[in-house]
Amino acid sequence: MRHLLSAADLDRPTAIQVLDTAAQMAATQAREIKKLPTLRGKTVVNLFFEDSTRTRISFETAAKRLSADVINFAAKGSSVSKGESLKDTAQTLQAMGADAVVIRHPASGAPHSLAHCGWVDTSVINAGDGTHQHPTQALLDAFTIRRHLSPGGVRRVGADGDQGVGGGLDGLRVAIVGDILHSRVVRSNVQLLTTLGAEVTLVGPPTLVPIGVEAWPCQTSYDLDGVLATGPDAVMMLRVQRERMGAGGGGFFPSPAEYMHLYGLDARRIARLPEHSIVMHPGPMNRGLEISADAADSPRSVIVEQVANGVAVRMAVLYLVLAGVPTGDAAPAAGSADAKGAAR
Amino acid sequence: MSYLLRAVSPLGGAPTDLLLAKGVIAAVGAEATAAAGERGVTVVDGSGLVALPGLVDLHTHLREPGREDAETIESGTRAAALGGFTAVHAMANTTPVADTAGVVEQVWRLGRAAGWADVFPVGAVSVGLAGEQLAELGAMASSAARVRVFSDDGRCVHDPVLMRRALEYVKAFDGVVAQHAQEPRLTAGAQMHEGIVSAEVGLQGWPAVAEEAIIARDVLLVAHVRSRLHVQHVSTAGAVEIIRWAKSRGINVTAEATPHHLLLTDELARTYDPVYKVNPPLRTQEDVDAVRDGLADGTIDIVATDHAPHPREDKDCEWAAAAFGMTGLETALSIVQQVMVDTGRMTWADLARVMSVTPARIGRLEQHGRPLAVGEPANVTLVDGAARWTVDPDRLATGSRNTPFGGRELPGRVVATFLRGKPTVLDGAPAREAGMHA
Ligand SMILES: [Zn+2]
Repeated sequence: MRHLLSAADLDRPTAIQVLDTAAQMAATQAREIKKLPTLRGKTVVNLFFEDSTRTRISFETAAKRLSADVINFAAKGSSVSKGESLKDTAQTLQAMGADAVVIRHPASGAPHSLAHCGWVDTSVINAGDGTHQHPTQALLDAFTIRRHLSPGGVRRVGADGDQGVGGGLDGLRVAIVGDILHSRVVRSNVQLLTTLGAEVTLVGPPTLVPIGVEAWPCQTSYDLDGVLATGPDAVMMLRVQRERMGAGGGGFFPSPAEYMHLYGLDARRIARLPEHSIVMHPGPMNRGLEISADAADSPRSVIVEQVANGVAVRMAVLYLVLAGVPTGDAAPAAGSADAKGAAR
Repeated sequence: MSYLLRAVSPLGGAPTDLLLAKGVIAAVGAEATAAAGERGVTVVDGSGLVALPGLVDLHTHLREPGREDAETIESGTRAAALGGFTAVHAMANTTPVADTAGVVEQVWRLGRAAGWADVFPVGAVSVGLAGEQLAELGAMASSAARVRVFSDDGRCVHDPVLMRRALEYVKAFDGVVAQHAQEPRLTAGAQMHEGIVSAEVGLQGWPAVAEEAIIARDVLLVAHVRSRLHVQHVSTAGAVEIIRWAKSRGINVTAEATPHHLLLTDELARTYDPVYKVNPPLRTQEDVDAVRDGLADGTIDIVATDHAPHPREDKDCEWAAAAFGMTGLETALSIVQQVMVDTGRMTWADLARVMSVTPARIGRLEQHGRPLAVGEPANVTLVDGAARWTVDPDRLATGSRNTPFGGRELPGRVVATFLRGKPTVLDGAPAREAGMHA
């Protein structure tokens, strides 16, 4: 894997390989000494044009646990109105010896441009671009679902079982609820979860569902209670930004109260889910808007675990990209025998 | 100096000879042939070449004054000549805006001085393109530049009252309001056509309805006030349908399509290459087909380039930060040949109609878009329709490199362009003395 720009880049074998590698990485994180020597001598740059402490820390932790050197570059304020800054900044970082650039950017396609415009020749990992993609979030979501649910919807027992290694998410039904229109998380998840065999249903008010969604490989509904009544195996709540309410044209929804009433996940709705169902959220949560405190803190909630899994998944991605491990798609040339071994 | 064009095919018809002398077509056929060997007559072998009336572009951004880093009147009109044009209409969105007699006369004079093609300035509809106060349309109309086309292009005249007033006001001097149809509230922040591709690539959508709603309003307005409306860069199937309906009702509306909307689709946005970022945006294949149909059946009257040069820094960046616009003067004829002529949907005479005769008529130009007949102005373009060439952005004459056709092989090569009997292009290259023709 040379870059990770979009969940669409991952075919099924590659996606499963990433998840299996993440499972191995997660196992090492249970040890007393968490640090691995795998990426010693490699330099990873976190290039963040948008504030996201959570994602940045997750990547930074992942890189450091693999013994890579990390440079954090917060280009906050370098807005899209200064187009040249992305190119210049990237070239500066390459000159500083970056082997991989982890980029978060408000403009959709910025990681794609970085990887394909000839500006730099480092590997590029998309840590969220505009309203386009957030592939490592989808990977950690898939990883989390696979740990908890076997194909068909049976809850796995704790963390003791096989954790689904080697398999996909075949037949699992996932509902993703909220602001579909502005969500990069949902675009990555629809692609990755369906690649892994899950059935995805998107739920949100019609104003927050994009024109063109009909071409996505999923179902769409405006009726949360109707979808919950079908007993989804996992329910993923998306963050709704309060400022969407005041946006031009009268807002995307009338009030937080009405949103919570129609599309919020609360104790009442959670009680109707099948026993094995899990509740997810990519964070940060708006408690009291898209999810109530009761729902967020319920035993079904795997939200805190998603954060921990994020580190393991990002370790796996950094490893597969930087160690030159052959993956399901066009395989890079290099890849030492023990690197391959570690991936298996 | 006179030029004898030997064995050219006027509008693709039977080969004949044309003699260009003293700025006019002095003779056609045997009478022209007889001039061979006379002193001061240069013979141009035109066998296999199609002769067209010099092309007329109703929609060009020459960027001068104000953005000479992107294009100058000199570089833009040289590109126009190489593309077979003898006249271009320079849009008003310069700095300063062409909203006074002083600015339009300056642009007109710079065009005369450059000498590569006649430059007809378009006047702004509103002061500073701000959409609030009518600009001095009458003063621009009666200036040396004789402005007849008015447009806030780049922006839509979205206030219905201002649009009504402009349509009424230009009746006094037979002007036309050329509308950039874009409902601004529906397109705030828009980056590309709203549809399947925008949903996937996460770029904010520019819905077709934002174009169609304005066109629908404007054809009703122009019917009401009995004026003249021109719709710029029609890009959607719905827009074609509305214009077809308006024409069937006898409403006085004309419309243009750009070469890029005749060929390219929104699928190209998947590359995130800002060279494909344009306003209105590239639409779907269904829209492209409808625009071609509209051009073929006359619903769309003309092809106009919307040549919009931008310096490299405005395109070598992420999509959302990039400027809207593509160059087009040097590729327009080839695209129309490929899409309409080589497919059998139009003849060369049709091409002359949509790229010369009708745009000249809409702009009320008397010396362009004329028949290739004795006594007519010697504005002539010779095209080798059998030639093929590959577009190299670095080798185009325009001051900018933002062509969306780079690397494409296209049919049709402009071999020569004559402006009032003098060559601006010969053997496919700029004719050096053109600059001294003013
Ligand atoms: Zn325009």
